[in-house]
Amino acid sequence: MKALIQYISTILQGLLTLVKGMAVTGHYFFRPKLITTQQYPENRQTLKMFDRFRGEVIMPHDENNHHKCTGCGICEMNCPNGSIEIITKMIETPEGKKKKVIDKHIYHLGMCTLCNLCVKACPTGAIVMGQKFEHAVWDRTQLTKVLNQPGSELMKDVKE
Amino acid sequence: MSNNLQDKIETQEYIVNMGPQHPSTHGVLRLMVNLEGEIVKNVDPVVGYIHSGIEKMTESLAYPQIIHLTDRMDYLSAHMNNEAVALCIENALQVEVSDRVKVIRTLMAELQRLASHQLWWCVMGMDMGALTTFFYGLRDREMILDIFEETCGARLTLNYSTPGGVMFDLHPNFQKRVKEFTKYFRKVLPEYNQLLTGNVIFKERTVGLGPLSKEDAIAYGVTGPTGRASGFACDVRKHNPYSAYDRVQFNEILRTDGDTFGRYQARIDEMYESLNIIDQLIDNIPEGDYQAKMKGVIKLPEGEFYQRVETARGELGVYILSDGKKNPYRVKFRSPVFSNLWVLNHLIKGQKIADLVAVMSTLDLVIPDIDR
Repeated sequence: MKALIQYISTILQGLLTLVKGMAVTGHYFFRPKLITTQQYPENRQTLKMFDRFRGEVIMPHDENNHHKCTGCGICEMNCPNGSIEIITKMIETPEGKKKKVIDKHIYHLGMCTLCNLCVKACPTGAIVMGQKFEHAVWDRTQLTKVLNQPGSELMKDVKE
Repeated sequence: MSNNLQDKIETQEYIVNMGPQHPSTHGVLRLMVNLEGEIVKNVDPVVGYIHSGIEKMTESLAYPQIIHLTDRMDYLSAHMNNEAVALCIENALQVEVSDRVKVIRTLMAELQRLASHQLWWCVMGMDMGALTTFFYGLRDREMILDIFEETCGARLTLNYSTPGGVMFDLHPNFQKRVKEFTKYFRKVLPEYNQLLTGNVIFKERTVGLGPLSKEDAIAYGVTGPTGRASGFACDVRKHNPYSAYDRVQFNEILRTDGDTFGRYQARIDEMYESLNIIDQLIDNIPEGDYQAKMKGVIKLPEGEFYQRVETARGELGVYILSDGKKNPYRVKFRSPVFSNLWVLNHLIKGQKIADLVAVMSTLDLVIPDIDR
């Protein structure tokens, strides 16, 4: 008899714990807003990433197609996995002096681990982290980018 | 008749491969399970499927560059891994970081521990067949990841600690968001217990399963909540305080049962402790520099340096052997999950194969930390 009572009471206790759990799920069943996080593909228009979000390395240009990169190569040295290649060229200034300027700032997004060391090391603030995060492409050669725009020049007030 | 039949049937042990593509191993871990019927005779973990050579790679990198690789070891406690390497370099150079940095690091580490335990809780439920917990745990984890994203710029691979400080100063919204989160999470945490801890099916499957004695825990080097559930006082935060852990009051969660349910309960209790630590620190973050002045090229003096921290899974040790150059000569990580994994055979021997998943999920395995 005692065993029977214990048997039934364990079943009832088990049912009680199940009901307790179901109370939580039932609570959220009628309040779906409390349980969802983000409706991602639908909210693409309004989705704004945080300012510091590290999506890719970009080089901002002003309206005159000027950037701040002097081609010093410090970002290339600080990159842990060789994602950045700096190619410089020699030009002759109007005063007749020879000067080293940036030819191509090549950035391999496919290799980049987005560690922020290059941005932190850049002495002129020429490269920053962009907020774009949808990087899927059909061909991996598209992940190799040239950050300085064609025909762009160094800003005038940037110290070298 | 039936007895005769049973005598005639010959049984034999056979080997089942669990993994490397099995969902409940949480990664590419291969378990060679030696079975007799449904009884597990022996489990032989085969590791190395995601070996990424982080220790070897560090030998060709400069010291600040090492840190971002450690994100990828135990990605659920990325900040603690970063902190361990940063502390080791700071100890070697004898650089004193400001109080602000110490408090920031501690706050981030505790948030990371909460996020890690939340994820562990939801996948533990899922391993046992309760999909609901998976959604609830991830929902709460999302709030912490947003805090990380706002301050550190990344959600998982934070790379936030640098030698001598942290990468960015705290975001102005940080305090407000963390307070919001702790208030919310204190309200939600009892729901976790209501959903899973008290559940009769869950208890039937976990209580008394895979007991680990204190002596065995010490012998196998099991640390973290797994070891503390067996009564092994191994909390580095308490016994060897680093960063700002010496200025906060918290309890080391020690339990005596040491079974699967005990390990589960230890982690749930640790979440409350982490919330306590955050509450003590969040209102009085001291002012100061967030980055100490460091040389452009960091060179460690010749010698051996060791630093240990408490990650969400146990004790992480970083050993750096330096020959005075800008790259380390050798780096060794004593990773917690690697040590915890090898106790699995001891825990599961003689149990049913269905219990293997339950025992494994309370060990809280992260496979890249095993292989690194």
